[in-house]
Amino acid sequence: MESTNELLRWIPLLPLVAAVASGLWLLFLRSPMPRGGVILIGCGAPIASFLLSIQQVFALTRAVPEKRFIVDRLYTWIGADPFHAELSFLLDPLSAVMILVVTGVGSLIHLYSVGYMDGDHREDRGFQRFFCYMNLFTFSMLVLVLGDNLAVLFVGWEGVGLCSYLLIGFWFLDDHNAACGQKAFIVNRIGDFGFLLGIFLIFWAFWDAGHPTIQFLSMSQNIAALEGRTLALPAWLSFLPAFPVWSLLTVAGLCFFLGACGKSAQLPLHVWLPDAMAGPTPVSALIHAATMVTAGVYMVARLSFLYSLTPVALSTIAWVGGLTALFAGTIALCQNDIKKVLAYSTVSQLGFMFLAAGAMAYSAAVFHVVTHAFFKALLFLGAGSVILGMHHEQDISKMGGLSKRMPWTRATFLVGVLAISGVAPLSGFFSKDQILLGAHVANHVPGQTWLWLISVVTVAITALYMFRLYFRVFSGENRAPAQIRSGIREQGNWVVGPLVVLALLSVIGGVFGMPDIYGELFFGIPDSNSLLHFLEPVAKSVAYDISHLREFLLALLALSVAGLGILVAGILYYFRSDLLAPMTARLEPLYRLVLNKFWVDELYDRAIVRPTLWVADRVLFRRIDVGLIDDVAVNGTARLVRAVADRGLKYAQSGFTQSYVFLMLLGSAVLLGYLVAGR
Amino acid sequence: MFDLQENLLSWVIFLPIAGIGILLALEAAGRIFMSRRLSDRSWRVAGMGFALGNFGLSLMVWQRFDPIDGGLQLVERSAWIPDLGIQYYVGVDGISLFLVVMTGFLLPVTLLASWTDIASRVKQYVFFMLCLQTGMMGAFLSMNLFLFYLFWELMLIPMYFIIGIWGGPRRLYATLKFFIYTMAGSLLMLVGLLVIYYLNAQQFGFLNFDYIGYGGASGIIDTLIPTAGAPWWQTQFWLFLVFGLAFAVKVPMFPFHTWLPDAHVEAPTPGSAILAGVLLKFGTYGFIRFAMPLFPEAAVELSGLVFGLGVAGIIYGALVAMIQQDIKKLVAYSSVSHLGFVMIGLFAMNLQGLEGALLQMVNHGISTGALFILIGMIYERRHVREISEFGGLAKVMPVFATFFLIATFSSIGLPMLNGFVGEFLILLGTFAAAPWVAVLATTGVILSAVYMLWMYRRVFFGPLTNEANRGLLDLSAREKIVAVALTLPMFWIGIYPASFLRPMDAAVSELMRTMEQRGADIASHNGGQSALASLPAETPGRVSWLREPDASAEAAE
Repeated sequence: MESTNELLRWIPLLPLVAAVASGLWLLFLRSPMPRGGVILIGCGAPIASFLLSIQQVFALTRAVPEKRFIVDRLYTWIGADPFHAELSFLLDPLSAVMILVVTGVGSLIHLYSVGYMDGDHREDRGFQRFFCYMNLFTFSMLVLVLGDNLAVLFVGWEGVGLCSYLLIGFWFLDDHNAACGQKAFIVNRIGDFGFLLGIFLIFWAFWDAGHPTIQFLSMSQNIAALEGRTLALPAWLSFLPAFPVWSLLTVAGLCFFLGACGKSAQLPLHVWLPDAMAGPTPVSALIHAATMVTAGVYMVARLSFLYSLTPVALSTIAWVGGLTALFAGTIALCQNDIKKVLAYSTVSQLGFMFLAAGAMAYSAAVFHVVTHAFFKALLFLGAGSVILGMHHEQDISKMGGLSKRMPWTRATFLVGVLAISGVAPLSGFFSKDQILLGAHVANHVPGQTWLWLISVVTVAITALYMFRLYFRVFSGENRAPAQIRSGIREQGNWVVGPLVVLALLSVIGGVFGMPDIYGELFFGIPDSNSLLHFLEPVAKSVAYDISHLREFLLALLALSVAGLGILVAGILYYFRSDLLAPMTARLEPLYRLVLNKFWVDELYDRAIVRPTLWVADRVLFRRIDVGLIDDVAVNGTARLVRAVADRGLKYAQSGFTQSYVFLMLLGSAVLLGYLVAGR
Repeated sequence: MFDLQENLLSWVIFLPIAGIGILLALEAAGRIFMSRRLSDRSWRVAGMGFALGNFGLSLMVWQRFDPIDGGLQLVERSAWIPDLGIQYYVGVDGISLFLVVMTGFLLPVTLLASWTDIASRVKQYVFFMLCLQTGMMGAFLSMNLFLFYLFWELMLIPMYFIIGIWGGPRRLYATLKFFIYTMAGSLLMLVGLLVIYYLNAQQFGFLNFDYIGYGGASGIIDTLIPTAGAPWWQTQFWLFLVFGLAFAVKVPMFPFHTWLPDAHVEAPTPGSAILAGVLLKFGTYGFIRFAMPLFPEAAVELSGLVFGLGVAGIIYGALVAMIQQDIKKLVAYSSVSHLGFVMIGLFAMNLQGLEGALLQMVNHGISTGALFILIGMIYERRHVREISEFGGLAKVMPVFATFFLIATFSSIGLPMLNGFVGEFLILLGTFAAAPWVAVLATTGVILSAVYMLWMYRRVFFGPLTNEANRGLLDLSAREKIVAVALTLPMFWIGIYPASFLRPMDAAVSELMRTMEQRGADIASHNGGQSALASLPAETPGRVSWLREPDASAEAAE
């Protein structure tokens, strides 16, 4: 059924080889690699990987849709009967889309990094170390999307987490950066907890059904065998809802979704992503916007065969996504750090993707992954250009008026802003439109109308905060100190080049998944939504049946809502910025709440982190470990033995010969008496 | 008798102590005939040579090992005190193979790591380390219980001196506590052992200490140990408790663990590395080798207790590790947590759990051994271990920071490093047997990241505030060799665990068969049901926590 191709493994392995080579160099050679060598290897590997990906995807598309699988099996990684995890890669339409994004956008960001990291002299080996980590990340991300079973997916999943940790804390001499990296890894591990339980659950369930497997292809073929199975719950759980009929698939789906929440920063595990902005800006663009954080969406789409059978899990995903979109969008309205605004925007957009996935509009979710990768990478790289221009100033209240000094950055940034706001006909419009449509028709989600309304409101908020950002940075007068102001200028070609390419992609990116109605009406092409049809064999989206008129009206509504957001932003931040101060003054408590991100970090700190440490230190360690176990039980026994000897037994060893002789005689008499009496 | 092919295991066991003999003879000859002493350096070099030879021999054992065969291999047996059933009887199987290889591996690495660290009484140090090696190898390979007990006690003595002579300020307290605690457990085990010996003699009519019968003869393992209807001290339940206690102290299982942090903190680097790397494994090895197959019914019956203590150890050890101020103490408590994983994996009693546990024993030996050795490198430079003394070390010692990072993530269980494979298999196996235990144990995945990364951040990241750290030198060539040697097996096990899992397969299946067989024997003896019927068998459809669709439909109504 599937064809094999041994070239496939080189897509992830090329960046690995590059990372290992430069890593070993750093470890064992005294001086770092020359700059040209670092660029050649560091950027060459992802680009080569990109070219190979294109070749492989073309090979894939030559097959008929039902046979679009290319498998490359290396060896059995973990084998303990009946469990077998093969180290094996799978190229199918879903992973094809993902590898093109990862290597394509990834290569552009690698090139941009050359310009961005060039001026960084905090450490003489930093340049090489940076590219080593970035290549390692590219490898891990490719393993994640190419893995043909849950175990290999998990390898990539943890690998990207490691690289994220290393790159957030890249400038480790500042403890804040290191703390942010650590937080990212730990919050992700909470998600991994769910992911692992999901693997265990699903594997043993398949084993129980006679198909022990964790391979995506055979899982999707045999998933029907698990339908209707429930978990046998212990009686003490009877207070939980839906006791005792917990559907296996729902529980497994929710376990996996917990993993997705961690990796994709959804409520309530969103707290790490804004802090992840402590890393260098290209890292934020590649890992924390374009690729790694979308891994959760990818996983849900990858497991769509499972999720499609469990409306409860789907509804949870949709609602968590929708609420996260609104929640994070609201926070983005009030942030003053250019990267924090973009970070919350990313959380919000990821929420949109999960909303789509939960509405069973998997192709819309993947489509938004792609377009978001284009425009959010663009926005982050643009922000990086601004930050370089402003000499590492990130506070937008000290920016303004950059449009004249940085024309390329400004033009491309505007494209990104328009795309994310959903202005037609840029790429973001088409993908967001399909998400709204999916939310509109998702009848399996309870409270679906409200969810749809939330998403519409979020569209307006998105336009509002993005244009706020744009106006604050690029229009008006520059608010920076004079010595910084005089130094602001456009960056070199390493930086501007990728911006232009990404801007182009953000404009035209919509063609891959243009909804059928536009293709038919404007260009006369039937089935223009090539992405939907391409993904159909892997992630079958729900088919909906609504009139063209209604679909148009919905699109118009989304467009006008976005327009409203832009209008409000224009009034508040461009035309009548004098209105802003009285408004925030009137809404002071609300403003502070949002400005402080709803105090979620503080809540976690007070409710979880500190109590845990307190219990660990004061109760477990001092009271139980040192006090009870060691002092009372262990040393107490020793003291007891000593006391018995000291208070009693030692008197027998008096040293008086008379008493020894007396005791000996006494003993002999007793013994003799016993023997005589016994006879 | 000295043929390397025929007596390979004896070579493995006795090469270190023979080396001591040679060195002592040379020393004596030198003093008597030339009135010169051997230099410390020549002892060190020679000791290293014998350690490397020992490692090479253990690799030869691996190379000659037949992975298809689940029984004992490379067996040697000769009479010692035949009237009492005491024989010299050694053999290796898939359970002990990698523990032997790991023990062989750790000694030369540790000796090289402590090359300059241990500067006083070098000859004694080499002497005790080589004696220790013979004790450990002998205990892993002995198949006669008397011989086993001999080696088991033998290895306590060198460790007692290693901690007591080269240790920190509270070394006498720590080493005495370690010795008495383990000794108390061992003596209990000796009593239990004699009970079984007596039962065995009663049933088979001759005195026998052989654990697994040689050449078709009966062994201790064939003893029918009653579950009820005998004097209480002859039942599986009590014997299991007695053996279990001895092993639980060694593991150490919560709440018998408090000797470990003291011993680790006071021990010199090589002592900590060998203690954590090998000595703790005797606890878990004792369970899988003796306690579980000898008393299968009791093991199943008491698995709830072991699961409880194991999970308690995982979570408790991790939480307590989190707030430690001393790096070594932190790693010591992390051992409590990691060995909790091994224990629950063993008592899951399925292939995944048992193989995962066996692999995790090796993993823990390498990763924790590596952590202790790496900590030793920084201790040698600064002579402090408080986390707060450090910070920003990645700036001055980037190579050291990299190797420490690898060891850290190996301990956390990052895929493609060794820790993950073992932990994953353990949790997978446990989930089938006791899902709630696995759920609780999986929280260890989160907690280990918390305590290890927090420690790493405070030591290596952040500003270089302490002036004393500013001039630290990065790893020397010798230290780099040690670090690389420790890192390679981490990647090997992580990337291609099949080299290690495959030789375990047959032996673990054999062990499970033995347990089921012995369970059935007891059941037919009692005329009742075996508790081992609840072992998840190889046939599908036996997961206890799943309900069929129709059953759930009824429940819904």
